[in-house]
Amino acid sequence: MRRLHFIDVEDRVFMLGYLTLIFCCQLIGELLATATGLPVPGPVCGMLLLLAGLMVHGSIPADLAGVSSGLLDNLSLLFIPAGVGVMLHANLLARDWLPLSVALIVSTGLTIAVTAMTMTWLSRAPEPERPAGDE
Amino acid sequence: MRDLRDIWSNLSASPLLHLTLTLVAYQIGLAIYRRAKLNPLLNPVLLSVIMIVTVLVVTGTRYQAYFEGAQFVHFFLGPATVALAIPLYRQFENVRRSAVAILASNLAGSLTAMISAVAVGWLLGGSRDALISLAPKSVTAPVAMGITERLGGLPSLTAVLVILTGILGAMMGTHILNALRIKDWNSRGLAMGTASHGIGTARALQVNEATGAFSGLAMGLNALATSILLPLLWAWLVAK
Repeated sequence: MRRLHFIDVEDRVFMLGYLTLIFCCQLIGELLATATGLPVPGPVCGMLLLLAGLMVHGSIPADLAGVSSGLLDNLSLLFIPAGVGVMLHANLLARDWLPLSVALIVSTGLTIAVTAMTMTWLSRAPEPERPAGDE
Repeated sequence: MRDLRDIWSNLSASPLLHLTLTLVAYQIGLAIYRRAKLNPLLNPVLLSVIMIVTVLVVTGTRYQAYFEGAQFVHFFLGPATVALAIPLYRQFENVRRSAVAILASNLAGSLTAMISAVAVGWLLGGSRDALISLAPKSVTAPVAMGITERLGGLPSLTAVLVILTGILGAMMGTHILNALRIKDWNSRGLAMGTASHGIGTARALQVNEATGAFSGLAMGLNALATSILLPLLWAWLVAK
């Protein structure tokens, strides 16, 4: 029993460690974005840092995967507070509802078509020369 | 006994009330969405936003007062964006073979999404604020909001436009792809993820796992492509 309890505590310490790692990536990302004047949002810089770290490490630590799914499983909850902010823009929506809705429909349809057609076309094109003995 | 009004004014001054309102509204939205067998029209975020706005308007609460409580949820957008590195890395490993085709078609889709949205909005007389907030609409919400904020648009408007884009993509995707006779699952997944981020990916996952993986990858790549390209395109447009 005591042993189990000990492992449990250790797991949680690890989880907090990886959450700290994610916060550090974001903080460094924000600093980089501000310091360099890069237009990329700080959290995206942080994501790239973590991605680079994973590539160097070569695998995903199980506890990091746990922390990440904890954050991402309810990702949609996280944009509700901002979404509610739409109530501040009632005037803008009353004026711009037509360009906004037509743009959304046309652009979303077009994006699906262009992406799928490009991918199909590129996948059909002959593979670039393979090194001998690949088969 | 204390006056009910006293109790109410104490409660509404505490962040707990609006934090709880956000969480409860999401649970209700999620329950309705599951009940409706994941019908994209009944997107849980859209339902929650409508419920909360209704409550705030009826009780005469200002958005700033609501945000005092809701900011604790909002804060986690940043760490969640960083955490997107994990699924992105996982899918990179899966699809390394067709990397060039994936990158090229994602780039084509990303440019199409930004340029066509702004062009159509501009042709129909959309205001500058509306156009900036519209431009990153195909990107997953936390990243799209970050981009809009940096460009001086309205992140909250972007959040709603992103959700609507996701719903539209999930609804139209299958029909458009069938009409174009695209049968290859990889292309279909890539198109869904590029155009309509997480909501499109959720729809693609209902089809099969390979489509879902490609869609998830496309969502991550488009977040990267748009956050790099859109500020450059916008600066070029404004300079013109």
